[in-house]
Amino acid sequence: MARMISSRRKAVNTAIAWSVGLLIFFPILWTVLTSFKTEAQAIADPPIWFNFHWTLENYVTVQERSNYFRHFWNSVVISVGSTLIGLAIAVPAAWAMAFVPGKRTKDLLMWMLSTKMLPPVGVLVPIYLLFQKVGLLDTQIGLIIVLTLINLPIIVWMLYTYFREIPVDILEAARMDGAGLKDEVISVLLPMAVPGMASTVLLNIILAWNEAFWTLNLTAAKAAPLTAFIASYSSPEGLFYAKLSAASTMAIAPILIMGWFSQKQLVRGLTFGAVK
Amino acid sequence: MGRITLDKVTKSFGEVQVIPPLDLTIDEGEFVVFVGPSGCGKSTLLRLIAGLEDITSGQIRIDRQDATHVPPAKRGLAMVFQSYALYPHMSVRKNIAFPLKMAKMDPAERDRRVDYAAKVLNLTDYMDRRPGQLSGGQRQRVAIGRAIVREPAAFLFDEPLSNLDAALRVNMRLEISELHNTLKTTMIYVTHDQVEAMTMADKIVVLHAGRIEQVGSPLELYHTPRNTFVAGFIGSPKMNLIEGPEAEKHDAHTIGIRPEHLDTSAESGLWEGRVGVSEHLGSDTFFHVHDTGLAEMLTVRASGEVALRHGDKIFLTPQMDKLHRFDAQGLRIA
Repeated sequence: MARMISSRRKAVNTAIAWSVGLLIFFPILWTVLTSFKTEAQAIADPPIWFNFHWTLENYVTVQERSNYFRHFWNSVVISVGSTLIGLAIAVPAAWAMAFVPGKRTKDLLMWMLSTKMLPPVGVLVPIYLLFQKVGLLDTQIGLIIVLTLINLPIIVWMLYTYFREIPVDILEAARMDGAGLKDEVISVLLPMAVPGMASTVLLNIILAWNEAFWTLNLTAAKAAPLTAFIASYSSPEGLFYAKLSAASTMAIAPILIMGWFSQKQLVRGLTFGAVK
Repeated sequence: MGRITLDKVTKSFGEVQVIPPLDLTIDEGEFVVFVGPSGCGKSTLLRLIAGLEDITSGQIRIDRQDATHVPPAKRGLAMVFQSYALYPHMSVRKNIAFPLKMAKMDPAERDRRVDYAAKVLNLTDYMDRRPGQLSGGQRQRVAIGRAIVREPAAFLFDEPLSNLDAALRVNMRLEISELHNTLKTTMIYVTHDQVEAMTMADKIVVLHAGRIEQVGSPLELYHTPRNTFVAGFIGSPKMNLIEGPEAEKHDAHTIGIRPEHLDTSAESGLWEGRVGVSEHLGSDTFFHVHDTGLAEMLTVRASGEVALRHGDKIFLTPQMDKLHRFDAQGLRIA
């Protein structure tokens, strides 16, 4: 009896999980489907599901009208660049906070995190003007700086959490074994923190890749990443759902593929410390 | 190599002074054990010597050189941690070789030393395994291996056996003593277990609330404890401490008698009481004796099997030459 109940409960849970999963996935599926329709089919009422003439026309048009690969490259440079610079700053910061905490360490962490609560639009004008003055508008380096700074609190927090899980004894053992600070961090701390570092890197690349507010406001043509590429198709000159969908699909595909292959690492990293 | 001197060393955490001014000399080649109840500052003292904590005032000298502000990496000391603190991402070989790699030692010499340590510690078959694949005893040996390859001026052990089961603990105790006989290097060993202290040490330092209560050989501490704290702490089972009229008969505030120095009889004796719990160890029997009017409970250690039951009447007579006398401050009366 108990087994019957538990197997029925399992079936219900599975059904709920699938429903929620499909609900979350649906917009992506719809975007992908729409990208293979003609503009007329894309806005057809009632909507057409699978029974349409599949075409690659939208992809060709999109690539002709705007250079996908240039945007793609900008996205790669900006997200990877900001992640690497962020790590270079966050590793020493998180090390200090985790292993040499002071009285104000917790406050400092909260303060850093609180900067994420600020509406970005509140500082848009000063940053825009500043960038204009120093010639950073529409440059890769300008975006790398901004994205590094806005994601830094998250990198520091994540690394801090992972570092705290590492027994201090092991670092002290390294010190006793003659390791200087550099060896202690590079030979002992970082290899032990690899799972945490990997998920931090992945998450940060995803955040930077998807970041739209700053990338749209601080770029025009040269440094525009894929977010700007998508936005250029939601133009007021008319709705081109199929082309917009094709552009969106192309923009999210790389990150979707990366996320797919690293999902195990990502989930493990994000629940690290939460589950003993 | 390996003489360590502490000169008026103190340590405070914020407002709290955990080590009041303390002087101690550890001679070359000595096996010194710091022992005391938990929170007595013994681990802190070891960490001060290691350099893992900064001292608040005073001076630490290692081989006559001032080491007070020398970082741990440069003190030439090796430490074995309670948690072993092995590098989980490295093989046993790499763990043991790590300090030599840090010292930028020539690879051939490095391999020679690592192989030698592996042989001495019976680790040869496990060199390619990760620490996670080893048992507690093997991990402990790797930790010791990592310490010995450096040929340090002194070894520091921070409760190294407390994570092992009882049988293994006895084995490792012997192995560490054996190692000390072979290497003849200074060893400082921290434990809360007075049996470990008594069996391993050349010299025991008894600590209490950051202060040194007594320094001496295991038998000195056993035979002539300087105060009631040391008297109660060293020896197992604990020494019986008796206050009141009985002590006054001996011109003392407190008298102490060890459980093994109480003779028992069913018919007659100096003190009368009733048997409580008995612990039969085979070789010895420990009785708890109540209702003597002297102390809440006296412990008696009798040799071999003794047929006494709960509630039986018993007479105890202390061996007078083994009686310890202490004054009102708890200090020994000579």
